[in-house]
Amino acid sequence: MTLADYLVPALLYIGVFFYAAGSLGLLRFQDAELRLHALTKADNVGLGFVALAAALHWGSVAVAFKIAAVWLFALMAAGATAQLMARRAKTAAERGTDR
Amino acid sequence: MPTLMHLYPLTGAALVGLGLYGIVTLRHPLRQLLAVNVVGAGIFLILGGLGRGTASTDPFPQALVITGIVVAVALTAFGAALVVRVAEEERARDDTAAVEATGDSA
Amino acid sequence: MTLAFDLILCLMIVGTAAAALLTHNALAAIVFFIVFGNLLGLAWLAMNAVNVAMAEIAIGAGITGVLLILTRQRLMALGDDLISAETPGWLRAGAVLACTGLTALVGSAVLSVAPADDLGGPIAALLPELGIENPVTGVLLAFRAYDTLLETFVLLGALVAVWSLAPGNAWPRPPASLNLAESGGGSVAQAFGRLLLPLALVMAAYLVWAGSDFPGGAFQAGTVLAGGLIIAAIGGAVAWPRADNSILRAVLVLGPGVFLIIGLAGIALGRFLFYPPGFAKAMIVAIEYSLALSIGATLALLLAGRSVAPDHRS
Repeated sequence: MTLADYLVPALLYIGVFFYAAGSLGLLRFQDAELRLHALTKADNVGLGFVALAAALHWGSVAVAFKIAAVWLFALMAAGATAQLMARRAKTAAERGTDR
Repeated sequence: MPTLMHLYPLTGAALVGLGLYGIVTLRHPLRQLLAVNVVGAGIFLILGGLGRGTASTDPFPQALVITGIVVAVALTAFGAALVVRVAEEERARDDTAAVEATGDSA
Repeated sequence: MTLAFDLILCLMIVGTAAAALLTHNALAAIVFFIVFGNLLGLAWLAMNAVNVAMAEIAIGAGITGVLLILTRQRLMALGDDLISAETPGWLRAGAVLACTGLTALVGSAVLSVAPADDLGGPIAALLPELGIENPVTGVLLAFRAYDTLLETFVLLGALVAVWSLAPGNAWPRPPASLNLAESGGGSVAQAFGRLLLPLALVMAAYLVWAGSDFPGGAFQAGTVLAGGLIIAAIGGAVAWPRADNSILRAVLVLGPGVFLIIGLAGIALGRFLFYPPGFAKAMIVAIEYSLALSIGATLALLLAGRSVAPDHRS
């Protein structure tokens, strides 16, 4: 067993923990902004740990770069959609409707 | 003889049944369109799942499934356009009916 | 993949499909359908069918999901509340009986066939002649090229059919704008769209190129392109063209056209869709690049919908 053999599952468990925390926040938080905050922040950290585990598992620099690109795309998409959804939630709240 | 390899095609069979139930019981055309897509996904799963070997899946059904997915999205897009057009026609008919009704009473 | 993973995945697939069909809220149904499509993509991945997994997630979940959401929005703007009327109990009971019976029938038919990778070997033996390594691309563009050629015409035909639903006073104006900036704000969406479109182009070009030897190909690449176009349209970076724009029409028929011309040229060498030995890969890649461009434009326009009249409120 090398160090990577312990590190990969450890990173996966940490990633899953953040995912679980994000999902819990999505279910338990009261308003749209808080839920978005849980979803985009915690889940993207979780995805980062899972990506790190995957990169270590394959152990190739080229693959690691591709996985890093995937994570960056996910971050950008999460940021942009979260901003759109928050704006939508804000205007909806100002109008007094729920959609 | 059932084997573990049958798991995905059997899931496909369940999806076909579920989707057909949706087509029969859902009354809104957009929801029925969604149900058609579920049936399609089930058929793809049967088709691809039965080509599953020990280490690989038969590329021939894979290619057929990709073709099927693209044709399904084309069908869904046309269906959705038809649903919107029908809703527009109904809306226009209701509007003219409303205008005529107020015209009579005036 | 372990049995537990497969079992849980299959249960989740059936569960999300049931939720998508049984819930009363139309938006919830569409969201469950998108989750269902992504889980199906995982199922294809578990079956080592990476090409199908990409197509299912990008087209089955992504494009179809966006299409359903847009259609819901258009219907709600027309005053349709999207509530599915209650069906009578006897009908539901009958449907449960009939569909359970049918599922049992299909299930027993499935069980009578032993899953086997029968054609994988013969196809792999034929691939060196083509000079490509992805067997699915080989089937799509060489061994069953006829199917794929017709499929591209189906896609084009669907767009023509959608366009033909435009009212007379709207044709050939552009489809309804998806631009969020018009309805107040949206600078983040704008920047994201500007950033993503060129990246989507690079990614699509890579997917076609890699698709000869690794999972990927024209359909996956075309979908990435369509996704980039949609996000750029939402951000206001691109505006939908008019339906009689000649450049647009050239892009739409480029893929099917190149495919058809290369296919017809094959007749001179022997038969329809015959690639000259040694040039097969060049022909396939040329067809795939033009196809990816056409598929991307067609899928994006299928989502955008038909021409709208100038006074239309979207």
